[in-house]
Amino acid sequence: MSDQASPQAPKAQNRSNSTLSSWRASYRRYRKQHKWLGWGIPLAVVVLAFSYPWWGLEGPLAFIFNDGLGIDNDTLFNMSVYVMLALGLNVVVGYAGLLDLGYVAFFALGAYTLGWFGSGLFNNLDWHFLDTNASRLPGIHLSFWVVVLLAGAVCAIAGVLIGWPTLRLRGDYLAIVTLGFGEIIPDVFRNGDDIAGHNLTNGVRGLTLLDRPGFGETLHDASGGILPVRYTSLELRPWYFTVLAMMLITVFVNLRLRDSKMGRAWIAVREDEIAASAMGVPLMRTKLWAYAIGAIFGGFAGAVYGSFINGIFPTSFSFQISVIVLVMVIVGGMGNIWGVIAGAMLISWLNFRGLDKIGSWISDVPGVSSDFSIAKYKFGIFGALLVIMMLFRPEGLIPSTRRKAEFAEGEGQATLYDARA
Amino acid sequence: MMADDGTKNILEAVHVRKEFGGLIAVNDVDFVIPRGAIVSLIGPNGAGKTTFFNILTGVYKPTAGGVIFDGTPISGLPPHKVTALGMARTFQNIRLFHNMTALENVLVAMHSRIKGGVWRSILRTPALKKEEEESRERARELLRFSGLPGRDDAYAKNLSYGDQRRLEVARALASGPSLLLLDEPTAGMNPEETANFTDFVAKLRAEHDITVLLIEHDMRVVMGISDRVTVLDYGEKIAEGAPKEVQHDERVIEAYLGTAATA
Repeated sequence: MSDQASPQAPKAQNRSNSTLSSWRASYRRYRKQHKWLGWGIPLAVVVLAFSYPWWGLEGPLAFIFNDGLGIDNDTLFNMSVYVMLALGLNVVVGYAGLLDLGYVAFFALGAYTLGWFGSGLFNNLDWHFLDTNASRLPGIHLSFWVVVLLAGAVCAIAGVLIGWPTLRLRGDYLAIVTLGFGEIIPDVFRNGDDIAGHNLTNGVRGLTLLDRPGFGETLHDASGGILPVRYTSLELRPWYFTVLAMMLITVFVNLRLRDSKMGRAWIAVREDEIAASAMGVPLMRTKLWAYAIGAIFGGFAGAVYGSFINGIFPTSFSFQISVIVLVMVIVGGMGNIWGVIAGAMLISWLNFRGLDKIGSWISDVPGVSSDFSIAKYKFGIFGALLVIMMLFRPEGLIPSTRRKAEFAEGEGQATLYDARA
Repeated sequence: MMADDGTKNILEAVHVRKEFGGLIAVNDVDFVIPRGAIVSLIGPNGAGKTTFFNILTGVYKPTAGGVIFDGTPISGLPPHKVTALGMARTFQNIRLFHNMTALENVLVAMHSRIKGGVWRSILRTPALKKEEEESRERARELLRFSGLPGRDDAYAKNLSYGDQRRLEVARALASGPSLLLLDEPTAGMNPEETANFTDFVAKLRAEHDITVLLIEHDMRVVMGISDRVTVLDYGEKIAEGAPKEVQHDERVIEAYLGTAATA
């Protein structure tokens, strides 16, 4: 029959844990009877996330989360940034089914946009717009919030420019070309210190002394001192709240688009391009939207990350980031926002702190050498995790009902007997 | 071509030719579909029927010749633009969006009729909400009309074969066509299902003012509902006319049964 029959290969039908699925079923029944859970649970999660500093960093549960799991301010920030990246990539990979192996390009571009519009790089200029630096510095200094929006815009444009020639390709070919772009863009930044005599990126030395977010004196006073004049590297909570708020916007846009005309068109294109275009879905436009929206969130994340780290270097944006973000999406459950968030939190925690922590727990066991370091085997562990996931739960930790259906067979397509038996 | 203001014939194909490398799949075919008619395209396997379909719907660009739909030249337009102009199709080998529900399949086909864009979807304006609700209502109606009541939320791949065929038609109708192209719609159906389907096509024309072009192998269907029949063989048009005339045409019998039969 048609060529889209391939995902129904009988790899892992209904091998999910029976207790887990009966749990899910009873939860679903409960959820149907209690409509308020539809907004109640997300609200509770948001409240828990915003109040984390008071119960996780310090307070009653700090001994588990902060001391035990090592989720401190820094880790918390990094995790949130990666959740944003994963949600952005989810639009491209999870919804539209375009395998993008060069997502780091937009993360980098977002960070460099901050470098252009919020640092002393162009120190022969003196442009200011609502910036919250303590003194008037040379260079271009726009308000951080404007820069974030600019980063999104620059990445959207770059996404369309990159997507225009490449999105004509399908499947593996698209993956290879995006891989190429992911390598090219950091290289351009590495060599961008002398483009026709202009220093656009400061080359391998990278950009430092970047502008930080802030609300200025007026808003600070108006809010009774709650909104900080400018963020500092000593008080990290505002950073966390900021990236959490940006993450919520990302979730919101993800949800709204999933249930829209564009969301349906993305799935249709993923399922069958020819049928989709015969039904009036413009292929290029639809794919470009997915690519551009994914790029926008990559840009937002890049800008806030660059500012927090206070340094942007071409080496920070390696292929590994593209891979890790993709692993987050796959492990969590492509196309399902809650799955992607869970996957991103798990993998980024493992990446930043978890493996170190687990290593030190193992070292604490009597008889194990104290210089045992599990973090050295990071990518080996992620690789193994991916293989295990693909074998036992290819639809991800928390799959969308649609993804789950994809891995289950259609009633008409069930195999007559199991060839592996 | 005669001066036509687009009122008499909904579609005119002039000297359409398609070559794949050295193979001539469709060879200088002239073809018209009168408005409101049910026209069938028949021919032995490999005669170029589906290729011709693909040219009409924009999947292939013809090597030479042109197609005029409702007064607009469409050869070279991409499929989604042809669909937006009011031509919809089904596929010989069912091409539903298998992991979408029946309702979602139909909603996808309304793409070119739904105005709300990305920004309005994110903000979910009242106008967009209203439009979305109306689209859903229309989609449910279409599913009922096509004989799929109560299957709105079933995944397409879990529908029975006959229901999948029906869903393909419902999906095609959702794009709001004035011309509907059906590629072997009764393939694999039993006689009763086929008879129901024939009635359904007649109802489409009567109630929805839709012109139909049919590729079909089942001669009872073709002879039963067609106003005109065109026969292709080796990419060439070998006969055209009312079903009765075509049935007795020497070249048609020869194409279907081979030369020995006529000797």
